[in-house]
Amino acid sequence: MDAFPPIDLPDEAATADLARRVGAFLKAGDVVALRGDLGAGKTAFARTLIRALIGEEGAGTDVPSPTFTLVQTYETPGGPIHHFDLYRIVSPDELTEIGWDEALTGGIVLVEWPERAGALLPAARLDLTLEFGAAAGTRHALLQPSAEWIDNHAGFAALQRGPQGE
Amino acid sequence: MLGIETSCDETAAAIVDSDRHILSNVVHSQIAAHTPYGGVVPEIAARAHLEYLDAVIGRALTDAGITLKDIDGVAATGGPGLIGGVIVGVMTAKAIAASAGKKFVAVNHLEAHALTARLTAPAGAPLEFPYLLLLVSGGHCQLLDVEGVGRYRRLGTTIDDAAGEAFDKAAAMLGLGFPGGPALEKAATQGDPKRFQLPRPMLGRPNADFSFSGLKTALRRAAGATMLEDRAKADLAASFQAAITDVLVDRTGRAIDAFEEKHGSGKPLVLAGGVAANKSIRTALADLAERRGMALAVPPIGLCTDNAAMVAWAGIERLAVGPADDLDFAPRPRWPLDQAAAAAGAKA
Repeated sequence: MDAFPPIDLPDEAATADLARRVGAFLKAGDVVALRGDLGAGKTAFARTLIRALIGEEGAGTDVPSPTFTLVQTYETPGGPIHHFDLYRIVSPDELTEIGWDEALTGGIVLVEWPERAGALLPAARLDLTLEFGAAAGTRHALLQPSAEWIDNHAGFAALQRGPQGE
Repeated sequence: MLGIETSCDETAAAIVDSDRHILSNVVHSQIAAHTPYGGVVPEIAARAHLEYLDAVIGRALTDAGITLKDIDGVAATGGPGLIGGVIVGVMTAKAIAASAGKKFVAVNHLEAHALTARLTAPAGAPLEFPYLLLLVSGGHCQLLDVEGVGRYRRLGTTIDDAAGEAFDKAAAMLGLGFPGGPALEKAATQGDPKRFQLPRPMLGRPNADFSFSGLKTALRRAAGATMLEDRAKADLAASFQAAITDVLVDRTGRAIDAFEEKHGSGKPLVLAGGVAANKSIRTALADLAERRGMALAVPPIGLCTDNAAMVAWAGIERLAVGPADDLDFAPRPRWPLDQAAAAAGAKA
């Protein structure tokens, strides 16, 4: 899989915009692995994306950090979206007990700390890494779609052109 | 009343009577069970609850000196929380209720925290409604107007991370160990809270909501720019704790304004949740309560963290004002307390 060039995210609004634009491509069966250090903004990214997919009622929907509950599921017009946070997972075996397999077959999966899933993380996925920029408040996003992802999401490559590219 | 709590990391069972006596209170801490392995991450598997729950219930009955025949009902946490654990607790409670012919109550975990202070209030000085509750734990951070059983008005909540989660992750960033809250507090006692200027998210906003995600990010930046010797770690921990404390005090102050608008002044302020163990936070809130002419009530710390006595007590309170729950109750991983109020209202 080829990495796209890093996308500059100068502020929170830019990050939120990217979240909405990625969200617009998502459909049932998709897996988005959100990577980045503690504090990089993975949950904030997921929150914006989930609210956008929920639609009209999204803005008023609580999207808590799933660190303690491990997974939160939301209904959207396009089917359920599962927001996993594997920060507290010790062994991939534990995934079977939090509904990982069912989630993969029944909706969109957003997963933070995906490395904890080991081999249970599907190869057909989008890896999205948030990195701190040099200046406070800035980020870079690194998008690494698998070949299957590119095939299944027409026009996805346009994302790298940034907000002006639409 | 037999109470069962399995919504997060603790497998717990307790027996409480309607005269506010805690006859037994057993917590099988899965965190403790795993510290010998040096694990910084608690066991989350529903399997662990399944494995321990029967023994924990048996122990609760033995400690109380009673058998299942002697109880009136079984209350289990029905949400919010980790779905696998909640299912284990709810199914067990239903099975006991069905086979022993007892009442079943599905308790909202937040409601159980909200009512605990009424269980632990001193004899002769019962805690009356309404009161303002600050619930701060690993999974939750809310300010609630507790008007009565099943009547809660959420005045503020975190828009991102819970305060306890922020403590845990900050401790992880600083390499302070687990559980993060106590480790960070310990480090902070040696530190200078003024050395690092961390933000106070939401400070001065008119509502009573919280946000801790940006604080975590700011800590990350401050930590990244410094060689992390013990001195720096302690100063960062102290600065972080001071920032969280300031935010909690400011937001609670806002909630007091909203609370007093409806109920007038002089009502109690109650602190609950595991973060209540933090002395700096307790002291700051005691000062705030004093300034605002409120009495501060904090349940004993063992009952602030997740436990089953609070679930049993919430079950007792619920049965005192309404019917038991049906055995077809479905566990609810997300269950805002305002909706609990709506559901209770619909039933009444």
